[in-house]
Amino acid sequence: MLDAYRDSKFSRAFIWAVASLVLLFLILPTLIVVPLSFSASDLLEFPPKQWSLRWYEAFFGSAAWMAALKTSLSLGVSTAVIAVPTAFLAAIAINRLGRPFAGGVYGFLLTPSVTPGILLAIGLFIVLAKLKLIGSFVGVLIGHVTLAIPVAVVVLQPAVDRFDWQQTQAARSLGAGWMRVIGGIVAPQLTISLVAAALMAFLTSLDEAVISIFIASGANTTLPKLMFISLRDQIDPTIAAISTLWTVLVAGVVLILNARAQDA
Amino acid sequence: MTVDPGFSRDRRRERLFFLGLAAPAIVIVGLSAAVPVLWILRQSLLTISGEATFGNYQKILSSDLTWSSLGVTLALSSSTLAICLVLGLPLALALASASRRVANFALILIMLPLWTSILVRTYGWLVLLRRGGLVNATLSALGFIDQPLPLVYNFTGALIGMTHYMLPLFVLPVYAAMRDIDGNVVRAAASLGAGFWRCVATVILPLSAGGIASGSTIVFVYTLGFFITPAVLGGGKVNPIAIRIERTLSTFQDWSGASALGMLLLLLVLIAGCAFVAIRRLAGERVRHA
Amino acid sequence: MSAASLPITITGLRKSYGHYVALDDVGLDISAGEFLTLLGPSGSGKTTLLMALAGFVRPEMGMLAIGGRDVTRLPPNKRDIGVVFQNYALFPHMSVLANVEYPLKLRGMPKAEARGLAETALARVKLFGYGARDIAALSGGQRQRVALARAIVFEPRVMLMDEPLSALDKNLREHMQFEIRKLHDDLGVTTIYVTHDQREALTMSDRIAVMDAGRIQQIGTPREIYRRPMNRFVAEFMGEANITPASRLEGQAAASLPPTRLAMIRAENFELDPAGPARERVEISGRLSSKAFRGENWLLNVETLAGDHFMLSIAANRAAGCADLETGAQLRAYAAFDHVHLLEEGSS
Repeated sequence: MLDAYRDSKFSRAFIWAVASLVLLFLILPTLIVVPLSFSASDLLEFPPKQWSLRWYEAFFGSAAWMAALKTSLSLGVSTAVIAVPTAFLAAIAINRLGRPFAGGVYGFLLTPSVTPGILLAIGLFIVLAKLKLIGSFVGVLIGHVTLAIPVAVVVLQPAVDRFDWQQTQAARSLGAGWMRVIGGIVAPQLTISLVAAALMAFLTSLDEAVISIFIASGANTTLPKLMFISLRDQIDPTIAAISTLWTVLVAGVVLILNARAQDA
Repeated sequence: MTVDPGFSRDRRRERLFFLGLAAPAIVIVGLSAAVPVLWILRQSLLTISGEATFGNYQKILSSDLTWSSLGVTLALSSSTLAICLVLGLPLALALASASRRVANFALILIMLPLWTSILVRTYGWLVLLRRGGLVNATLSALGFIDQPLPLVYNFTGALIGMTHYMLPLFVLPVYAAMRDIDGNVVRAAASLGAGFWRCVATVILPLSAGGIASGSTIVFVYTLGFFITPAVLGGGKVNPIAIRIERTLSTFQDWSGASALGMLLLLLVLIAGCAFVAIRRLAGERVRHA
Repeated sequence: MSAASLPITITGLRKSYGHYVALDDVGLDISAGEFLTLLGPSGSGKTTLLMALAGFVRPEMGMLAIGGRDVTRLPPNKRDIGVVFQNYALFPHMSVLANVEYPLKLRGMPKAEARGLAETALARVKLFGYGARDIAALSGGQRQRVALARAIVFEPRVMLMDEPLSALDKNLREHMQFEIRKLHDDLGVTTIYVTHDQREALTMSDRIAVMDAGRIQQIGTPREIYRRPMNRFVAEFMGEANITPASRLEGQAAASLPPTRLAMIRAENFELDPAGPARERVEISGRLSSKAFRGENWLLNVETLAGDHFMLSIAANRAAGCADLETGAQLRAYAAFDHVHLLEEGSS
């Protein structure tokens, strides 16, 4: 776009300098944590003078952290398992039912994403407190699924809209009922998007902190909640190890999604 | 040719079927998002014993803590927006003028923080901004400062963390709007004699106004409800509304007060949202007739 | 508009994109006030050449001089050239008037004066009173004229136009061809015009430079290019060429043609009735393979024994009998010796 200003070297260099600094600003916190996680000292010195795996050992060896990890992983998987099919069917409904319905429902399903997390958290807190579900797995799960559904819908809707629905007409003319069509014809062709939605739902749950802080407690404390508590108290380098593992996990997910998108 | 009566009946049945498909999602979101928010509304109008009252609102609206937290909230959101504009516009411009390949690669880097857990990111900032952290160490090694700057456990720290969180969400719509600008229009401006900065000011920015408005709305409205970042990086000194709500709930066990504050936040979000939409509409008209 | 316009000199221009050579050692001299068209198919380099003149393409080698001043390294916003883009490139966020005032504001002209000049420019392109309108509300032809007004308002010494009429429908296009040419004549500004439409080039230009594969194939007045093309490419690009080895032409006059050279006879130069002395005409004979009535003329396809295909265009008012011709019928056609043109390139 700016080829006409190829010669404004100073201006363009300025823009690129600012852009590079901003880019650095964006990735620095994520990257800085990685070498720290391998530091032998607990003083958070950078660069680390001695290397060690002690913080990883601390993480995997701690009953509290492991319990939180287990809880978060189970929540993540459960969230994906519930949110993705639900969002998928809703996306299909939005596509098939068209105009007046579609806009309203789509907007409605997106509201948990737009509502400040703190409001959902205290609202759920009050409701779940009355139902005596505070501190329960189910309670937190409800919150996570609510947050994951909009994410899954946003991922799935374009794929559902792009799908060639004439195939379903063909299938139905051959006698197949709708559920069979959705399960046997639509879903298999949208596998990539479904996997992407599942990964996004999983990550949404894994990362979710605000609702967990209010509702998850005791045996069902999530990893983010425990991290939050630790961070508020002191800067435990164990968190560096957790952060590194997290970054590696996310990078892996992004690469997988990217690779599969290339194949598609 | 008459329409088969069975035809419209089948159509209706089909519509019901699809409505049914959407039902689980609608029910879950309805029950888990809409109901709790309505419950907050209800709770805000009840006393501890369960009677209807406006007392909760009176109490929080007359409390200094509420107003100071409102001030902090607005200060944080406006400052975050201001910094996002300063940092995000050059970044979006650089991306829009780069080749697609370079831009896509840069976008992945930009999106990476979004995928990283917010706790991980705030931890990273704690490490970077501490007195003995990388930023202070670098600045003092370069001779810019004698003493370490207090960059964290205060407003500055919270601001840095929030900007870091929102910047990718700001850059995306702005970048998209800038990409859409017809390259020939920029060339035309050059051929007519516009220098680089003149072109940016008179052509590129006005034509990306829509994207900038979207990005700004996202940044401002989202940050109104921020909790984690100010909590961790603010060191207890930065208390926007979200933290006031948590304090009221957990420390004082005052469900009703917390609910009233929650409604206040919701009101704030709605006002801000409408204000930005209105500004966007007005801006669109003014630019047209410049 | 009285500023004297400038001549342009292009020497040894070269531009490649990787292995693809867009401009291959291009040189050209354009006189002040001339209307020169760069004509060629897509990929011929005509647009690249124009963009190099405008400053959006940086050549690897060569020199561009405007009015004797070397502008090769000059950035586009300092060249003081009026450019009309193919898709008009109007500023959608500004009104018509604001678009036209833009270059004047950039040059620091006071508001009132700028407004006056802009209104004059709009009147010149027959858009008087359109100043307050929204770009989005204009038709293609109107937008084109706003683009023109914007490009002339600051009295540039050179105008560049990149296929400005290609998006318009036929009638409007032909009308605008005259308008643009008239604008050029009134302003006297050196104009380089790019098009792939040979008819447009013939209509509007003082000279045409036919381009192909990054090179100028031939440059000359419309008449020269049309009647005396130098090679097969130029001949065929300008219209139906009917190229054949001179040896295959029949008739007395044909004998004096060098047999190894290629001869070209334009379709409209054939007659079905012999006229004039035999020594002043050449002939072809063959069978009619198809015929078509086009309103103003008949198109006849004749296939000779030697395998050549000739396309004849017989004006309708001299085509008595064409309607009765049957395909397969044997036919003789005649062309005046003067209308036989020999191409520079060798035979075959």
